[in-house]
Amino acid sequence: MNNSNNIKVNCSTKNLKEIRTFVEASLKELSVPANDIALIVLAIDEICANFIIHSNHCNEDQEIEILIKNENQGVSIEILDQGEYFDLASYKEPELQELVKEKRKGGMGLLLVKRIMDSIEFKKENNQNVCKLFKKIKFA
Amino acid sequence: MELTFGKHNDIYEIVIEGDLDASSCIALDKAISEAASKGEKKILIDCTRLNYISSAGLGVFMSYLQEFENNKIKMVLYNLSEKVKNVFEILGLDTLVNIQRSKEEAIKTIDE
Repeated sequence: MNNSNNIKVNCSTKNLKEIRTFVEASLKELSVPANDIALIVLAIDEICANFIIHSNHCNEDQEIEILIKNENQGVSIEILDQGEYFDLASYKEPELQELVKEKRKGGMGLLLVKRIMDSIEFKKENNQNVCKLFKKIKFA
Repeated sequence: MELTFGKHNDIYEIVIEGDLDASSCIALDKAISEAASKGEKKILIDCTRLNYISSAGLGVFMSYLQEFENNKIKMVLYNLSEKVKNVFEILGLDTLVNIQRSKEEAIKTIDE
């Protein structure tokens, strides 16, 4: 059976908690195992934080939408916004030692997402930025 | 997220409760920065009630490593849940940040 869930919130980092609560509940509903839920919640939180902070500059007049559904023996997630487009091809993975030396606080989010998810894709669709994530799941 | 602070002898302790994300990490960053500028040399971070951490939270701890090494300030985290510790481990940060299992072990490490 296919199920899908969605939520729309304003672009404020204060809404990340609400997003995580929604994602956790949706994944539970889809019978995703607890370990996978924790990781997927983190991956979605990272993408949403990037979209809110970097693409929309925390402009609360802008919205971000998250869609979650089960398909192809896994979970697929779409995160949509209308802010600045992020080009994954221009992303260079940071070296941890360099982050430490430069005392940088950011740069690790996307690295986490890449380690957690099986696929990650950014594209433009109908004037919206879409981040598509997929993770294979062994449903009980 | 809630932060509470304590001082026992020469050890300054920050207790984190709740979720450490891109929103709440700003308060923790400020707390650590203030402790260091007040001259604290031994900073304990109690993670017993830290429910969640994202890269923004990891970034706060990472961003002090160099400065603290230069200024001989020790920062030790203790009693992380498996879920929170796993986030450090995914990126291999558990080898860079000083993480101990219990408060006892954390104090032992910080006094070395």
